[in-house]
Amino acid sequence: MLRCVGIVVPNKMVIPAKTGILIKIILKKMAHEHKLEIFRGLWKFKSNTAKIWGVLAFLTFITIIEVALGIVKPESLMGMFLGMKILNWIFIILTIVKAYYITWDFMHMRDEVKALRRMVVWTAIFLILYLIFILLQEGGYIETVYSSGFVKRDF
Amino acid sequence: MNTTVATGTEGKTWGGGNKPLTASYGKMMMWFFIVSDALTFSGFLAAYGFSRFKFIDSWPIADEVFTHFPFLHGVEAPMYYVAFMTFVLIMSSVTMVLAVDAGHHMNKAKVTIYMFLTVIGGIIFVGSQAWEWNTFIKGEFGAVQTKGGNILQFVDAEGHRVAVADFAKVETGTRTQHESKNGLWFVDEGALPAYTMDEINNGLAAHPEVLVRTQIINEAGKKTVLSREESLKQLKENGRLFVQGANLHVNEYGSPLFADFFFFITGFHGFHVLSGVIINIIIFFNVILGTYERRKSYEMVEKVGLYWHFVDLVWVFVFTFFYLV
Repeated sequence: MLRCVGIVVPNKMVIPAKTGILIKIILKKMAHEHKLEIFRGLWKFKSNTAKIWGVLAFLTFITIIEVALGIVKPESLMGMFLGMKILNWIFIILTIVKAYYITWDFMHMRDEVKALRRMVVWTAIFLILYLIFILLQEGGYIETVYSSGFVKRDF
Repeated sequence: MNTTVATGTEGKTWGGGNKPLTASYGKMMMWFFIVSDALTFSGFLAAYGFSRFKFIDSWPIADEVFTHFPFLHGVEAPMYYVAFMTFVLIMSSVTMVLAVDAGHHMNKAKVTIYMFLTVIGGIIFVGSQAWEWNTFIKGEFGAVQTKGGNILQFVDAEGHRVAVADFAKVETGTRTQHESKNGLWFVDEGALPAYTMDEINNGLAAHPEVLVRTQIINEAGKKTVLSREESLKQLKENGRLFVQGANLHVNEYGSPLFADFFFFITGFHGFHVLSGVIINIIIFFNVILGTYERRKSYEMVEKVGLYWHFVDLVWVFVFTFFYLV
């Protein structure tokens, strides 16, 4: 165990109590412990391998739903909600759900400490939302300029 | 001679002498690289969204563009192939995470097998993407670009697409390709379109069942089909160039921007997959050679695993925004 994280302790070396505790904490955190439940504990797995297959099943299920909806395109989901078709909102939400499970279980974000998780996830989410808001707002504005007749496009 | 100063924070998470994030330097840096790369991809996808919102009433409908499946010629199969590609990539993500898991248990044989399967999955994906590009570039039906850069497609009475080749009246020998040896030596001319506008105009006039479809999306979410008189008039007045397939200048399916973004974003993603495959191959050989066995840690597999999952993660978004939404 000690070797696997690169801390080599000579046999006769005396370790101060505080350092000893710290090393223990580091070892515990770095010893590849996996949280083995998803859906907030609703689905528990016996081993990490079982969890991987479970998540695969879930991701495949979502992809099948997406493709089925994309092919059928039910009329009832064609209504508009916040400027976009309900169907498109469903696609985007399902995509984010998929992204969550890929990051949390395949990339082991679930097992990282809170600080690292927030550094990565919050930074990215904040900047991406900001960018999307600005660009889509601007695109929509230019569309109104085109469609309200100042620019002729159909020729 | 002890120069250490007591700060009262010893033993706390951020008090020093500790690894607060409990992640190695390499893994942390891979995460931060992934954040920056994610922002690059978001920049591209947001720019795609910008152009799409700008041309919201005339953007190509993905279901009508990507309808092909290998070995099933002429069968309308929207999305099945790209769903297959998505599944291949998720599957190779799974074998990757299984390799990481086997690495934690120092199981060299299993890591080798799973790394091998991951590489195979990656190669299948890149190959599929090449096929997808090839189909998109070649196109199927052909269309006419107008003076304003819009696209006019041809449909029959039921609304099915009609290939220009099926109705154009071919005349022979009306136009020779300009070459520097038979004309101005300092001027180049690109390849001539397969049909001249006259041939298409005459063909349309001779086939009463063929109608013109514009790229404007109507209230029902379908592209507008013109009446017979309007079709003839529109093609005659505004038609300028026969286009088949898509490249960076023209796109038979609609706005050239769609093709530009498609090539750029899936190309950039495909390049990531390709480099991922190459890195995976390097790691695969390192595993076989026993490098990580001697190092007593398979953390390197974990790091490339992070990159590989990220590629999968990006594809999930590309899939949604190019094919579904």
